[in-house]
Amino acid sequence: MLNYLSSPKFLRSALPAASLLLLLAAIFYIQPRAMSQFGMNLMLQYAVPIALATIAQMFIITVNDLDLSIGPFVGLTASIGATLLATNPVLGVLALIACIAAYAGLGALIYWRNLPSIVVTLGMSFVWLGIAVLVLPSPGGTAPGWVKAIMSFKIPGIPFPIVAAAIIALVVHFALMRSSYGAVLRGAGGNPKAIARAGWSLLKIKMVMYAAAGLFGVLAGLSLIGLTSAADAHIADRYTLYAIAGVILGGGEFVGGRVSPTGAVLGALTLTLTGSFLIFLKISPDWQIGAQGGVLIIVLALRALINRREASA
Amino acid sequence: MPTTQSQIVNFQGVAKSFGAVRALAGVDMHVDAGECLGLVGHNGAGKSTLMNVLAGTLSPDTGVMSIHGQDLAAHYNVTVAHDQGIRCVFQEQSLCPNLTVAENARIFHASLKGFGWKKRAGKMIIDKLDEIFPGHGIQDDDVVGDLTIGRRQMVEISRAFTVTDEALDLVILDEPTSSLDVVAATQLLTYVRKAVGEGQSCILISHLLGEILDYSDRILVMKDGAVIAEKPAADFTRDTLVAAMGNVVKEKEIEAHERFEKIRGETPLVVRALPRTQTNGTEFVAHKGEIVGLAGLASNGQTRMLLQVFEGATKRVPNTKVEAPVALVAGDRQTDGVFHLWSIGQNIGVRSLKNMVKGWLIDSVQEASMADDWKQKIKIKTPDMKDNILSLSGGNQQKALFGRALGSDAEIILMDDPMRGVDVSTKLEVYDLIRAEAEEGRTFLWYTTEMDELFNCDHIYVFRDGKIVSELSRSELTEEKVLQSSFKEDA
Repeated sequence: MLNYLSSPKFLRSALPAASLLLLLAAIFYIQPRAMSQFGMNLMLQYAVPIALATIAQMFIITVNDLDLSIGPFVGLTASIGATLLATNPVLGVLALIACIAAYAGLGALIYWRNLPSIVVTLGMSFVWLGIAVLVLPSPGGTAPGWVKAIMSFKIPGIPFPIVAAAIIALVVHFALMRSSYGAVLRGAGGNPKAIARAGWSLLKIKMVMYAAAGLFGVLAGLSLIGLTSAADAHIADRYTLYAIAGVILGGGEFVGGRVSPTGAVLGALTLTLTGSFLIFLKISPDWQIGAQGGVLIIVLALRALINRREASA
Repeated sequence: MPTTQSQIVNFQGVAKSFGAVRALAGVDMHVDAGECLGLVGHNGAGKSTLMNVLAGTLSPDTGVMSIHGQDLAAHYNVTVAHDQGIRCVFQEQSLCPNLTVAENARIFHASLKGFGWKKRAGKMIIDKLDEIFPGHGIQDDDVVGDLTIGRRQMVEISRAFTVTDEALDLVILDEPTSSLDVVAATQLLTYVRKAVGEGQSCILISHLLGEILDYSDRILVMKDGAVIAEKPAADFTRDTLVAAMGNVVKEKEIEAHERFEKIRGETPLVVRALPRTQTNGTEFVAHKGEIVGLAGLASNGQTRMLLQVFEGATKRVPNTKVEAPVALVAGDRQTDGVFHLWSIGQNIGVRSLKNMVKGWLIDSVQEASMADDWKQKIKIKTPDMKDNILSLSGGNQQKALFGRALGSDAEIILMDDPMRGVDVSTKLEVYDLIRAEAEEGRTFLWYTTEMDELFNCDHIYVFRDGKIVSELSRSELTEEKVLQSSFKEDA
């Protein structure tokens, strides 16, 4: 048992949860009043959209690609959500479906022309931002009532963001890690040639994964305006990096189809909490991004250490 | 030949070319139900290409492919092959390292889905592993990337023999025992005989002639993309099989090279190295002005030997003594050789930059003059040496890489099978160039997988499993001797 607990395999999978718990402990130590349902709700409220965007990024990373446009895309869906969806629900839903279809199309294009996803999505990030500015030229709009209602849902005793994060992790875990097609999807990241040789369509796999990323991007945008009740084209620009960092913090690898939905959600929670932690430390918001980077580097360094031990074992 | 129901596969005139290279020159082959067909041939004989065609991963240019009596050549692919009960264990691993053993089994079988698929897939693959490799020690939830290469091979082989709702008629085993130990290899071959006894068929490709002779019913010998012999296994012996694989020796060409032979040891020693995995102390030795060949089957330690010498020239490497600067001519041009974005001239000059700097900058006049020099010397066919390197044909790109090495101050030139995919006339030009440079006192260490090229060498070392297994002087060299020592003795 002790052997198992100190094995690199276990340490690696426990690292995301351990870093989250360590951070929580540090926060509670500095600011004991945060240890309440209200405090947790406040600290973690933005965890839900970040977790959804992180899952979106994770789908893309699973097939060895990288999405540099998820932030602006979330901004676009938030803008659509706060304008079209509120004023003309049918048109709004259609627009959001078109966004998901566009993502699937990008996946098809990237596979079909064998393009580097980084370049394509970097270009698309400006397209999404441009459309978002057209939809919502200045900050404003109103989130539809039902979106706000969902996001302000209260469960007695347990902070809502934690419940929501658990649901997201569970749903994606079953879809990607436990379902039979999920194995094929992950296999496409591990050895695409083998998947093709077994008779699966890589084109379809890419389209499914990109569409799933689009869907979670839409959910992230909607949950975000549910919290802020208004939108801005630039509302989620930082999400691109948050999402990548969340996947990596959660134990995912950039290549090889090694990802973990639970880890990604934990990573997103960790990133969200670092913000609060730094505020409690009275570090000015100007330094937050840098400090978050610092946390990321520490966690990745730990993982590199574990991996090295595994390699020498 | 009329197609009968008991014939699973019947190929007639199947041909496949990759650009100018003819990989399959019209192959006839048939596999009957309940037989094990052995397939042998030297590197590049076309075995793997033929098997890729049969597995549906490559489509042939022409030819009739009858499977179960129907010509399916027009719309053959992996899915059709699978539906027809044809499975292939490819030489390179085709498992997903990030998935578990059970998940890898699932990927192979589209019908394994729905509730409880993981349990079913796991049971299926573990049952098959137990059947073929008793005592394998693999769990169904092991992640494949964490398994040793031998165990991965076991999983891949067992997976090919698993059956869900599709039929299983023919399993292609391409070098199945290459990463298995003796015990597991015997277990596999015994299982193959059992499966064949039950009416399944097998195609067995192996460089271990003993396996082929002992376990197959009929043997097909391939050379240069064609079948050159086909007999029941009982009619072959090890010697006749080796002879069949390489009996086309070009006597005339050999004679032409013979006069070049030097007396070994007349000139000072420049390279002395012990291969890292050598057990009996045989050293690799080269003298000034010699052309030393590294022979044997592909990737049996020849490239590693060259790299050891390369490192030995600049660093202290155990058991390695290199007395002069070296330069390497890469075999895999696109990955290890050319700088894709540079001009031809820059590509040639890069090894000699130290000698053409002016202040801190590269002297472009010197670079250009070196480029033009070599354009003349090795006849690179281009209007302008400032053109991008990729504007050249493959052979001319290779010439430029030779120019890079020969234009440098290196006394020892390492060649890592550089003539792959180069046309014949370029080859002959380069052979002459090598000869001329050797006369001038340069030393060449030449790894080649082409038998004919060995006849350009003064002294030959044959490698197998990272070790020198045989040492031949030019006068002792015959194709048969190289083949004999390239293939493992029967265990």
